[in-house]
Amino acid sequence: MAKTVDEIAEAMYNMIKEATGLKKLKATDLTKAIIELYGDEADKQLCKDAIKQLVNSGRCVYTYFGGSFIELPHREGAAND
Amino acid sequence: MADTVVKTPKLDELEKGKWPSFVKEIKMAAKTSPMAQDLLGQLELSYEQKLGHWKHGGIVGVMGYGGGVIGRYSDMPDKFPNVSHFHTIRINQPSGWFYTSKALRTLCDIWEKHGSGLTNMHGSTGDIIFLGTSTPHLEPIFSELTKAGFDLGGSGSDVRTPSCCVGPARCEWACYDTLAMAYDLTMSFQDELHRPAFPYKFKFKMSGCPNDCVASIARSDMSIIGTWRDSIQIDKDAVAEYASRGMDIKADVVDNCPAKCMEWDGKELHIENSYCRRCMHCINVMPKALRPGKDRGATVLIGAKAPIIEGALLASVLYPFVKIEAPYQQIKDVVAKIWDVWCEEGKNRERIGEFIQRVGLGNFLDAIEVEPVAEMVAHPRENPYVFYEEYFEEDETAEEQK
Ligand code: SF4
Ligand code: SF4
Repeated sequence: MAKTVDEIAEAMYNMIKEATGLKKLKATDLTKAIIELYGDEADKQLCKDAIKQLVNSGRCVYTYFGGSFIELPHREGAAND
Repeated sequence: MADTVVKTPKLDELEKGKWPSFVKEIKMAAKTSPMAQDLLGQLELSYEQKLGHWKHGGIVGVMGYGGGVIGRYSDMPDKFPNVSHFHTIRINQPSGWFYTSKALRTLCDIWEKHGSGLTNMHGSTGDIIFLGTSTPHLEPIFSELTKAGFDLGGSGSDVRTPSCCVGPARCEWACYDTLAMAYDLTMSFQDELHRPAFPYKFKFKMSGCPNDCVASIARSDMSIIGTWRDSIQIDKDAVAEYASRGMDIKADVVDNCPAKCMEWDGKELHIENSYCRRCMHCINVMPKALRPGKDRGATVLIGAKAPIIEGALLASVLYPFVKIEAPYQQIKDVVAKIWDVWCEEGKNRERIGEFIQRVGLGNFLDAIEVEPVAEMVAHPRENPYVFYEEYFEEDETAEEQK
């Protein structure tokens, strides 16, 4: 049975959390990892919707360091108060 | 109004000469903007020390969007507190950069209220650029911009704000409606523009004719350049008038034709259209006498980029000729396939042109299900670099039969 957007968002959130401090993940990394994890139960559109949900809810943010990544909100090193 | 107090002997040098000077503009803004004053101070210091003093921050943006704001901080916030934050905002420009004066005033009012007042109309991406604001102002700026009918543009690994030449709005050479297409692609790819999901950036640029006023052939991942496939329209009387007024048609037109497909016998101009490369040279020189043909469309090219990570690339032909009509389905379908393959196989920060070079054009065409054609060449009528399997099959069969 196809996974729901909520389930995929939760799985992505956990992947991002686990990778924090080790590796920055891009939308393509998350999509590939989810499709590998869930096979036919997930597709690219569901992954797109899950990322949208994570970012729109503020649980994750887009960041840019040469390329665009999806991370947990944090205070970045370069920022001045 | 207080005069700028910052002494800038090095920057002053950049005001000399006849050309416009960004220093002059910043000084003007510095009369009312403390941010612009500190910007002058920090810049002068950078010129003195030969050292940049900006740090790039990657997390600033507006809620839900992954592009449109480029974070920047001073690494000397104590000395230059007013540029401690100096973020850039990209705003999606209207197709062809047409504004009412009211719209321009609205933009400037928003920016004077929330930022340095310094703009760049327009950046090399085509967007309206607002230079210099702080993080707490980002959401209010976004909200005022959207109320005024504007939206942020692209930045990061997403579709960059599509941009086009003025096209049929002002230019008689436009072979298709560049403005309509830029608007349509912008609206169709909103998700891809605001939510970065690619290995790297992807730019669309649309030029109405081969003069390519937006330099799409060198500056965009997908370049859509207007062209025609029938014959150049000739007004014989107008050609004769050019000649009678002293134009040296042989030297200025015929001899400069890259295809050497024109003849001028002193009375009549003849063009062998099957050899014409649609370069626009003759039309540009004799605009009253020559016009593009009537069967118009565009050539779609792929893979150009400016040098950032690797060297510059010029675009290669993907479709020699397509009719350009809304809703542009043929182009949208191939774009979807290109993005699929590139997202699947592309490396981080690899532009589509670099990706094609890495996997080979033949494999790329296979993956996006586009048949190779003879026009996919590095230079017109030379150097075919497409692998034609059937030729090899024929050769192999001939070998086997020996
Ligand atoms: S690219 Fe061609 S159609 Fe567009 S503005 Fe330039 S000359 Fe005109
Ligand atoms: S458009 Fe260019 S190639 Fe064609 S006839 Fe004119 S000068 Fe020659």
